[in-house]
Amino acid sequence: MAHAAPSPAGYKDCRNIWASTLEKLAEEDPRIVVVVNDSIGSSKLNAFASRFPERTVNVGIAEQLMVGVGAGLANGGKIPFVSAAACFLTGRALEQIKADVAYSGYNVKLVGQSPGIAYGELGATHHSIEDLAWLRPMQQIAIVVPADSWETEQALRWAATYDGPVFIRVSRMPVPDLDIPNRVFEPGKSELVREGSEATIIANGTTVHLAAAAADLLAQEGLSVRVVNMATVHPIDETALEAAARTGLILTVEEASIRGGLGGAVAEWTAENHPVRVERIGFDGFRSTGSVDYLFEQAGLSAEGIAARVRGAVGRK
Amino acid sequence: MTDRSNTVATIRDNALWMRRKAFTMVYNKQLGHPGGDFSSIDVLATLFFGVMRFDPANPRKADRDRFVMSKGHATGALYTGLCKAGFYPEELLETYMGPGSRLNGHPNRQYLPGVEANTGPLGHGLPIATGIAIAGQIDGASYRTFVLTGDGELQEGSNWEAAMTAGHRHLSHLTVIVDRNRLQQGQGTEETSRLDPLPEKWQAFGWDVFEVDGHNHESLLDVLGAAPGDKPRCVIANTVKGKGVSFMENQAKWHHGVPDAEQFAQAMEELV
Repeated sequence: MAHAAPSPAGYKDCRNIWASTLEKLAEEDPRIVVVVNDSIGSSKLNAFASRFPERTVNVGIAEQLMVGVGAGLANGGKIPFVSAAACFLTGRALEQIKADVAYSGYNVKLVGQSPGIAYGELGATHHSIEDLAWLRPMQQIAIVVPADSWETEQALRWAATYDGPVFIRVSRMPVPDLDIPNRVFEPGKSELVREGSEATIIANGTTVHLAAAAADLLAQEGLSVRVVNMATVHPIDETALEAAARTGLILTVEEASIRGGLGGAVAEWTAENHPVRVERIGFDGFRSTGSVDYLFEQAGLSAEGIAARVRGAVGRK
Repeated sequence: MTDRSNTVATIRDNALWMRRKAFTMVYNKQLGHPGGDFSSIDVLATLFFGVMRFDPANPRKADRDRFVMSKGHATGALYTGLCKAGFYPEELLETYMGPGSRLNGHPNRQYLPGVEANTGPLGHGLPIATGIAIAGQIDGASYRTFVLTGDGELQEGSNWEAAMTAGHRHLSHLTVIVDRNRLQQGQGTEETSRLDPLPEKWQAFGWDVFEVDGHNHESLLDVLGAAPGDKPRCVIANTVKGKGVSFMENQAKWHHGVPDAEQFAQAMEELV
């Protein structure tokens, strides 16, 4: 992302908190190791690797091996964090994730770096908009898409203590910490970001702060829109979905394919349990090259873009 | 008899029992992969009854030797071997591939003690075993990790990713045994996508390589029981698919062929 526009003040790259949190966790628990595919730099693990060289397992550019080694390390009593660009981790090694981790039930933490369209200009090979749809059918894997640095740290800390496979996205796109008082991270529980009654936006990851800004715009127009941060895509917070359905309209927003990810999960649940209109905002298929800002705008992933979709959807309720 | 000759006799007797039992399971269920069971049974019997340290009463003991069955379809060999090694009672074998059985068509570690990985798709065992060996290396542990791959299975690139890293890291406590029966599902390995010169390939990746008769228990015991050296070890076990039953030997169709009553009776007469 060499050409990305400068970030507004207070916006943070979640990889920094990922790296510092992993170091703290490794200090606290000698079982923690990291497995990478020549991705020490892109995972911001230089300091970790210097400090814990024997606990930094770099298998080279070999993602199938990387995930298999993760399962083997878990067999040997370690708590491996397997960290690689989300596109290669989930795409190249999908069968290893299925058989070696999910089906074998190994305690492996899969950390998808720079997910979504974070590698904007590099194109669709490097975009990871499919990862959630690929992993979601494997019900053994908890899937967390943190909204900001704070939530990234909390999710990592929880994952280190949870005995089971987890997939966590770590965003490189700078995002602000959400302004929510007394936050507590609980896997499987969503956060209420804005209260509202006429529609609900269910977002996660880098889009939550945009959804909140959209709701603020709409509030000025007299439209009351709830915003929910659904960081855990699996297991999903059914109580929050029920409450969202009662507002009569749901829009899902995510930096992912609209097929099979958060939008898919919400559409599945509501269709079966509480039919309600659901509109999905995200990426519908491969995207062209372009900066992250450009690709977000194209997909309507901006405060105004989301607000416009809500206005339109209210008319279709 | 000496300890060693006792051990060899036990391996021989148990290997025979495993063949008869595995073929009975396949016959009863009319499902399975008996050709690969029979080519690999002598290797498994040698490992389980002559080489590995494990405690069936404590199957996840941290310092156990590990065996990863990468050719997960050869469950006739694996399930009979683990049973004979004491991980579960013989009655369980009667449920082989039945509805809801713990004895899946491919092994599941959450159902069965002694199974280290849920294999089936090929090329998964060696990467997992590599991870186990790295864990042991980090801890300075003495346990050993053995993994059996088919030979056709080596066409999967993931094996060579693991071979490269294991050689690079000098994973001395890792041993791969290649069940070199020269036949894959459809035809010969060399007709399909050539593997030879196989020893040189492993050597080039930084492994110590040994070739043995994969049905000779004494040779297997010597090479598999030897103390670890400085490099990971590759044992190319030259085997015969369907070994032990005349009409099955070296026949690709017995990869997942199943016997009729007459064939079953003949096999039982030969397996003595």
